[in-house]
Amino acid sequence: MSALELTDVVVEYERRGLEPVRAVAGASLEVERGAIVGLVGESGCGKSTLARAAVGMVAPRSGTVSFEGREVKPLTRGARPHELVRLQMVFQNPFSSLNPRRRVGEQIGDALAVLGLASRPQRAGRIAELLEQVGLPQAAARGYPHEFSGGQRQRIAIARALAASPSVIVLDEPLASLDASAQAQIANLLVELARELEVGLLLISHDLAIVRHVADTVAVMYLGLIAETAPTSELWAMPLHPYSEALIAAVPHADGSGTMPEALPGEVPDPSRPPPGCRFHPRCPYAFDRCPSEEPALVALAPARSAACWLQQPGATLATPAVKSASRLASTRSAE
Amino acid sequence: MTPILDVNRLRVRLPTPDGPATVVDGIDYRVEPGEVFGIAGESGSGKTMSVLALMGLLPQGAAVEGQAVFEGQDLLHLPPSKLRRICGRELAMVFQDPMTSLHPMLSIGTQLTEHVRQHLGLGRRAAAELAVETLREVRIPDPESALNAFPHQFSGGMRQRIAIAVALACRPKLLIADEPTTALDVTVQAGIIRLLDRLRTESGLTIVLITHDLGVLSSIADRVSVFYAGRVVEAGTRIDVLGHPRHPYTRALLDALPHPEATATPLIAIHGAPPTPRRIPPGCAFHPRCSYVQASCREAIPPLVPVNGRALACPVDPLRVGIPG
Amino acid sequence: MSTTVAPEAPLRRQAWGSWFPPALRQPLAIVGVSLAVLWFLVAVFAPLVAPYDPLEQAFMPFESPSGDHLFGTDELGRDVFSRVVYGARISLPLGVLLVVLASTIGGTLGALAGYFRGWADGAVMRTADLVFAFPAIILAMVVTAALGRGLTNAVLALVIVAWPSYARVVRSLVLSVGDSEYVWATRLMGSSARRALLREVLPNVVGPVLVLATLDVGNAILLLSGLSFLGLGAQPPAAEWGSMVATGTQYFQFWWMGTFPGLAIFTAVLAFNFVGDSLRDVFDPRTARESRERM
Repeated sequence: MSALELTDVVVEYERRGLEPVRAVAGASLEVERGAIVGLVGESGCGKSTLARAAVGMVAPRSGTVSFEGREVKPLTRGARPHELVRLQMVFQNPFSSLNPRRRVGEQIGDALAVLGLASRPQRAGRIAELLEQVGLPQAAARGYPHEFSGGQRQRIAIARALAASPSVIVLDEPLASLDASAQAQIANLLVELARELEVGLLLISHDLAIVRHVADTVAVMYLGLIAETAPTSELWAMPLHPYSEALIAAVPHADGSGTMPEALPGEVPDPSRPPPGCRFHPRCPYAFDRCPSEEPALVALAPARSAACWLQQPGATLATPAVKSASRLASTRSAE
Repeated sequence: MTPILDVNRLRVRLPTPDGPATVVDGIDYRVEPGEVFGIAGESGSGKTMSVLALMGLLPQGAAVEGQAVFEGQDLLHLPPSKLRRICGRELAMVFQDPMTSLHPMLSIGTQLTEHVRQHLGLGRRAAAELAVETLREVRIPDPESALNAFPHQFSGGMRQRIAIAVALACRPKLLIADEPTTALDVTVQAGIIRLLDRLRTESGLTIVLITHDLGVLSSIADRVSVFYAGRVVEAGTRIDVLGHPRHPYTRALLDALPHPEATATPLIAIHGAPPTPRRIPPGCAFHPRCSYVQASCREAIPPLVPVNGRALACPVDPLRVGIPG
Repeated sequence: MSTTVAPEAPLRRQAWGSWFPPALRQPLAIVGVSLAVLWFLVAVFAPLVAPYDPLEQAFMPFESPSGDHLFGTDELGRDVFSRVVYGARISLPLGVLLVVLASTIGGTLGALAGYFRGWADGAVMRTADLVFAFPAIILAMVVTAALGRGLTNAVLALVIVAWPSYARVVRSLVLSVGDSEYVWATRLMGSSARRALLREVLPNVVGPVLVLATLDVGNAILLLSGLSFLGLGAQPPAAEWGSMVATGTQYFQFWWMGTFPGLAIFTAVLAFNFVGDSLRDVFDPRTARESRERM
């Protein structure tokens, strides 16, 4: 049983005078302890909303979120149930995720105080331990957030999450606001923490390259739905969904070769008016007649691999969309 | 071939509450006509400040030294009225955030035609035609209706294309793009990279492309200059600098990036952080973080010297420390 | 940890003092604080500063400023200088009291509105809107007229007029700060909304409100003086700056009667405005330093 399970989660946002927008239109994900799951997608795909639903910050319209077997009830005015505190979140912006008026040590120690995990005299020691785990000196506890760089603040935010002894941490674009040196450092830190502390990580990111290095499995999201999930190396070796393929081809390589990345034609549609049938079909180079009329479900194609595309049929041999499309065209032609 | 932009010993000092900070410390580079010249660097490297100096856009109280000759005129020593005539017309700039670089309350048409009419003296009809033409060039669908639309009606990628169109409306010779794709999704970024390449090929536009993203530079830059702590540490062709980097910082920066090939290994992070302008280490600014540091590195700032066809500011002999070619 | 990332460069330790003075070292702040302190001292030591009793009608009326009477005498033969000095005992404390009351009442209502939302929010905000619809001085006049003349009623009236702006500001701050990521983080840690409000939100709200309140003291002094000018606040023979200016306008040729109390109002208001502006800078550079510009 996975530590964190999302099943067919739908999240809607109200709009005044209009119908609600489905930011997430039915997504399922699993995160095991000690595993790193990457959730990638571009703007407007709903990944941040999904992250918030996963920790209970927003209430899903339908579908279930369960953590360690228990249902994750959205936050109300009362205190969050103690069992759920082991499901933590690290936010994107290291400049706004720490209270500017409180000392760093106090903020890290919040979980310890609220959950009674350490008595007052023990707290300082535990905070020092946590700071060490994220690579910061003990003296950092006395500082205020504005005295630290972006990378250091992100470490503090991670230490704060770790204070609650979490089994799963959801990280919403934790590396996006950092420069290259800090990104690499924090990425390595996350991998270390996941392995050594057996913490499951759900890493939301738009940066495919980093996710490729860090995550064990990847879920690709487009316009509120999961398009494909696969173990990382398999996804890169052979993407099964045309969008995953396009995403991978759009990443520039820093090898000095001068090869330009592939652009994807069109624009991401308005989430309040998704295209009929397969949401990706207007931009898909392989779209055929079935695509605009029926929405493909996310089906399992191999152990740990699933994709939502009419080109991929369960049971058939795995192949990229290009290959599948070509063979489909060939078989339609021979049928004529 | 005479360079279209020749920057010599550019130095920029900014006033800070704790005293003056040297954010650009004597940089030199030459941009050839028709090329894409890449400036690579992280935050604090001085890459943005150096071009703001060229355009006269530095904050109040900034002190600038050196020369920046553009088409025979030294931009740094021009009177503001002359500089204003060049900027926007011969020399244009595109910024990172299309949300803030386009005026939210003016229509696209107004923003495109306003400065065209001022710089080129065109009438309304001619300016509108030019605007439609420019929008078509940057592949905005239905350019005629776009003229009456407002920035918020477009996506981020489209807005950046419009910002590029505004910059190109007067047909400048040189376009400076400061992190033009950083705020965009990767597929949208790919589109902008291809657009810039096409503009360069079709109209002979020279582009100075500033970014921290080495992948973007690797896709389209012809030559690259790597900035660190306000100085140039390595410069040369794209293949040389990004394919076979020699300076320890360039190597470290490339190693910190996820490689398409090596996946299982942890990223080789550069420990520490880039120095702030007030706390630049003595000698070579990178020496505290360098794996090949020697005693001489602390003593003197290594000069940028030509080495095998590239410029390098590092005295460390690669053969002796085993850095491959 | 096997591959512990080495800690980054030593933290930039800021001496306690370095956080405080730079903003207050500005000339504006020095002038403001000095003036405010000066007036405060004048008010406290009024009996020592003023040469005569403010109510004593012992002298020749309409005497122009001289060695004996620095600010001259008024229509009833009272020393204007002494009256201006004692006026500080009315305007300053009441101005401050007014702001303290308005900000506390308004702030509390605003915080409750922002925290509970729903009908409480609606009730508070619509009432505030109602009050806002009236020009301050008119409303104050109406209330004072209803309650009766006098300084206490004037202060009450002005509190009624002033609380809505605090309610609005605090409500919007509570809402925006309450949506900050660090507040969500404490909620995820298991802190209840109430605990988060008290420990995370309100401390971040106090700063801006303090700036507003300080700037408002000047306004309060002006309004109080205004009401007294209209005859609704301080009643004769009280030595209050506003009523003194009022009398002064009737005797224009004896310019010292209205000018000096007017100058007193002016300098006191200016002092608090300068202090308020500088306080704003004390709270801002911290956030300004937070956003590292990409160079």
